[in-house]
Amino acid sequence: MKKWNLIVDVARCNNCNNCFLANKDEHVDNDFPGYAAPQPRHGHRWIDILRQERGRAPMVDVAYVPTLCNHCDDAPCVKASQDGAVYRRRDGIVIIDPQKAAGKKEIVDSCPYGAIWWNEERKVAQTWIFDAHLLDHGWKEPRCAQVCPTGAIRSLKVEDSGMQKVAASEALEVLHPEFGTKPRVYYKNLYRYTQCFIGGSVAVERNGVVDCLEGAEVTLARAGVTLAQQRTDNYGDFKFDRLDRNSGNYTIEISHPDHGRQLVESQLGESQYLGVCRI
Amino acid sequence: MNKWLLSVLLFGIAPVIKLVAWKHAAFREHLRQRNCVVQIKIKDNSQGRIFRFTNGRVSSRRGIHQGPDAAMIFKDVATAVSFMSLPANHAQRIHAAKNFLVAVEGPDELVSWFMQLLNMVLTAGLEFGTRMPDGTRRCATMTNGGPVFVYVKDGRIVRTGVIDYDARDASSWTVEARGRTFTPSRKAMVAPHALAWRSMVYSDERLLYPMKRVDFDPNGNRNCRNRGVSGYERISWDEALDLVAGEILRMKRQHGPGAIAIYHSSHHQWGNIGYYLSALLRFGNAIGFTRIHLNPDSWEGWYWGAMHHFGNSMRLGRAGSYGTLEDCLQECEMIVYWSSDPESHCGIYGGQEGAQRRLWAQELGIKTVHINPYYCPTASLLGGKWFPVRPGTDGALAIAIMYVWITEDLYDKDYVATKTTGFEQWRGYVLGTSDGVAKTPEWQETETGIPARDVRALAREWGKRKTYLSVGAAGTAHGGACRGATGAQWARSMILLMAMRGWGKPGINFGNLQGGAPVDLSFYFPGYAEGGISGDVQFTAAAVNNYVRMPHLLTMNPVQQMIPRQRLPEAILEGHCEGYPTDSVSVEGQFRRFQYPMPGYSKVHMLYRYGGSSFGTIADSSRFADMYRSDELEFVVNQSIWFEGEARFADIILPACTQLERWDIGEWSNAGGYAHHAQGQLNHRVIAIQHKCIEPLGESKSDYQIFWDITKRLGLGTYYSEGMTEFDWCRRVFDSSDLPRHISWKEFLKKGYYVVPAEDEKTREPLYMRWFAEDRPKDVPEPHPLPGGYSGKFRKGLQTQSGKIEFIPETLKRFDPDSPDRPPLNRYIPSWEGPRAGELYQKYPLQLITPHARYSFHTMADAKDSVVNDIKDHRVLIGGHYYWIVRINADDARPRGIGMHDLVKVYNNRGAVLCAAEVTATMAPGVVNSCESSASYDPLGAPGELIDRGGCMNLLTPKRKQLAKSDAMAAMSCLVQIEKWNGAVKAA
Repeated sequence: MKKWNLIVDVARCNNCNNCFLANKDEHVDNDFPGYAAPQPRHGHRWIDILRQERGRAPMVDVAYVPTLCNHCDDAPCVKASQDGAVYRRRDGIVIIDPQKAAGKKEIVDSCPYGAIWWNEERKVAQTWIFDAHLLDHGWKEPRCAQVCPTGAIRSLKVEDSGMQKVAASEALEVLHPEFGTKPRVYYKNLYRYTQCFIGGSVAVERNGVVDCLEGAEVTLARAGVTLAQQRTDNYGDFKFDRLDRNSGNYTIEISHPDHGRQLVESQLGESQYLGVCRI
Repeated sequence: MNKWLLSVLLFGIAPVIKLVAWKHAAFREHLRQRNCVVQIKIKDNSQGRIFRFTNGRVSSRRGIHQGPDAAMIFKDVATAVSFMSLPANHAQRIHAAKNFLVAVEGPDELVSWFMQLLNMVLTAGLEFGTRMPDGTRRCATMTNGGPVFVYVKDGRIVRTGVIDYDARDASSWTVEARGRTFTPSRKAMVAPHALAWRSMVYSDERLLYPMKRVDFDPNGNRNCRNRGVSGYERISWDEALDLVAGEILRMKRQHGPGAIAIYHSSHHQWGNIGYYLSALLRFGNAIGFTRIHLNPDSWEGWYWGAMHHFGNSMRLGRAGSYGTLEDCLQECEMIVYWSSDPESHCGIYGGQEGAQRRLWAQELGIKTVHINPYYCPTASLLGGKWFPVRPGTDGALAIAIMYVWITEDLYDKDYVATKTTGFEQWRGYVLGTSDGVAKTPEWQETETGIPARDVRALAREWGKRKTYLSVGAAGTAHGGACRGATGAQWARSMILLMAMRGWGKPGINFGNLQGGAPVDLSFYFPGYAEGGISGDVQFTAAAVNNYVRMPHLLTMNPVQQMIPRQRLPEAILEGHCEGYPTDSVSVEGQFRRFQYPMPGYSKVHMLYRYGGSSFGTIADSSRFADMYRSDELEFVVNQSIWFEGEARFADIILPACTQLERWDIGEWSNAGGYAHHAQGQLNHRVIAIQHKCIEPLGESKSDYQIFWDITKRLGLGTYYSEGMTEFDWCRRVFDSSDLPRHISWKEFLKKGYYVVPAEDEKTREPLYMRWFAEDRPKDVPEPHPLPGGYSGKFRKGLQTQSGKIEFIPETLKRFDPDSPDRPPLNRYIPSWEGPRAGELYQKYPLQLITPHARYSFHTMADAKDSVVNDIKDHRVLIGGHYYWIVRINADDARPRGIGMHDLVKVYNNRGAVLCAAEVTATMAPGVVNSCESSASYDPLGAPGELIDRGGCMNLLTPKRKQLAKSDAMAAMSCLVQIEKWNGAVKAA
């Protein structure tokens, strides 16, 4: 049985919010019996775009992560609801039945991802329904994928085994795998959100002026073990990425055959731009 | 023969009306509206037929009636036959009307009704849209942000959605580059605001019926001082229209020509019929009005500065993009984005079509650099070195780059020697031989905040790599640094940089892959600047194609008087001002100073306001609150969709409907005029019928209908409308284009859009400026310079006196050689509102930049209960109010005790605005960023005073011009202070 999956490439999301607006357009004031009651005009974020800034001027990057209902294979909301108020369809899509789920706020609390929203006016739990109502009428993909101008969001209806192959070949991850709910929403380049970098710029004084030093060798080490090596670019910049937050002390060794070497110590909490290192 | 034919035609009318009435309810409804006798006859009474309409029935007989209610009178039989034959020959009809071969008599209202009846015979019952499996009807529309489908059920819009092209639509182009083949996605990638229309239509701030200010008495006390304060009461359309028509006549009689000014915003809802250059201009010309002259406010520096170095007045000083998509992907090694954020600004009308192409460049390993006071969304997406330059100092950075090129021998000497003039003088300035100051990277560091070493590294890389320079949103201009005090300096220096690189050689051009896609630009469909139905050949581009291809009545404004938009408050409050024109015909056109009032004309005493609010969009905008409360303005009418901004300062409010509630027709990103061939930024050219998806909400009406209803009261209804509804006009626009050769009207109405086939690979446009670099005749499809505008032989050289790129422009030398703010030699002059502003900077130490907003289109889609307000990066909900966002560096926020999403007061001596603070690493230190274009003006206290919590940042920006002898606004240069706001937040 083929099932729906969603793949989000964090590196391609530019925060245009087309997915967010398409979801509002689809659900605000619109009732889709059996699928979803109308979404309140304001307040709900069935598609919620998270933001992560790293570093400081001038070495900065920003990542955006659209989050939505993960349509988990092992969905806590399905377990938490009674009488089948929340159920998983054969195509993998999890639906909160707007009638049966009425008044059951515990469904909101059951989601470890916080992806379920409480509609105070209608007293019903709501979430992103993978646009099941449209797919059932012949649409080829959910609206968030259709409106995405960069291809950051794409949907895939495949056998589970096929999805596992895609996940392996594209190095996909899920959010909080430790929750153990087997999400069907996968992410690429998630390190831009979850991990850190240590960066810096190397400069040297030559002929009475300070210049960027290109081609300096920079080594990143922790506890005496070399983790990575880079050469500085034409701006003298280096940037070691995919380091864990709060991962402790690092040593950065900068060396250049003509200009000597220098050691810089760094204690990594959040991403760090070390500034200019003169050698 | 003709006489016999005419008898048959006249005889046929009544039976056809009966038949259509029997078939179509809407037609029956129209037929039932009047009981009357209408005569159609030959002027000499030799032939005629009398039509009697009674309670929805029609009868006719041969003969001449002695006292018909209305009459259509033809000079001769031949004219009558050609006028009434089908298909309609509009050229002959218009010729007859203009030359008095046909006349109508009787009340305008009745004549309009009768002409509409005859038109409806042809259009009644036409099916449109496509039935969908879920029971909705799929309509189409074109917006400022691109085309969308509109799904309708039971008279209600269910959803809007992007268009996926189907197998029958024309195939897409492909580009080969570096061993790869690129072809665009088969869908229309729209701007965010295009997806917010449903919430804007069903907004609780819609104006649903005409209103009058409660204390406005047209026959007694007008209480002008209470504009913006007093409330409104509902009135009928008849009352409102009678009042407006009455005031129009009173103005003319009491004050004379020029007393009525029409003031509109820069953009309207999309469409060739309802646009300001179309229906509004036709209306304005019909009544005679003082024009509020628009300055080129999104590309000021290019028009007032850059143009003098290389010409191109047609595009107001910005470069074209032909062929740059292929050239960039194939040849370019680096793109320098300088004050350029295409991901946020969507090429103005281009939706998000460019994003995919920029990602191709990223995949090909083309490097990127970003010079901008903030790390913009384009930088976030593409990565690359960031140069956080201080606002307004870009010119110094550019000159220092040139210093490195000159001293390290890194520029194209042959190009400079053969394709430019004045370089030696410029070189002397850069090296400091003429003024003793060498413009070294160290020299610029104190100005820009950019380390000298980084400038050297950039200059060296740029000097060795084939580089595209992306300036502004479009890559060739638009927005950003060109709108500050030093905007002209910056834009001028960008041209000089390109002159030193060899502009037009492979891989060296302006752009960022936003333009230059190989679409077919020769397929004719009119852009909005071609004037739509205006009939105005003086102030639109109608004369070039539109007026010929869609024969319609010529219109002309009998009033020559103009007021520059940026000076409107002074014109009203001080009674005089001066301006400089936006002229695309010549480089010198901008020097032609004009004065208000113009000799012999009345000052303005009535304002007809139309479109989005000025408070968020015009510099130092509290001036507008003062203007509205002046007794000089005896009458203010505002035609608006939503109750926001300046609508709250009107005496009479006329509720217009949105574009989804009326008919229109338009092509994506086809602006025509200044933005010639702007469709080159699209992956596919798309032309859409803009269906009337639903009936207008409440009592709102289309703009066109409102104008028609007013003109009917002035006896001008037939002249204004030519008896045509908007739907009829759509058909005329369709027929005037190349569309009928490819798709039938019926199919177009059903499907809703047409995709123009891509340009054949063998006939794609050549690369922009390649002809110039190779010393050949000009070969890109730009109709300018005008033949007389060349200084060399036709098509040889640029629109400059030398025909070359001029480092020291001849135009500026001739116009004002000693100009202190625009010297012919483009030396660095620090901003008068920036870090060198002395005491002012001590008091207000933060530089506020106000770029165009990303998620709203000017005031469209912002506020008015739109779902765009919920976008985290657009507004922030605090205590039940959606606050505008100001972005501030953590190092500037910390000492002020400001945390994420704290309420803050942004202020200077011009005003104060309450915002939500976004503490971010993406701002250069000392710079804060808060977009212009808030739709909401929400002062706490009296209008024009105290604090605004709507988010109109332009309340804080300077009204001072960039250059004394120009109308260039400088709103991007603004000093402010920010403090945490702990005051009570309560609306007045």
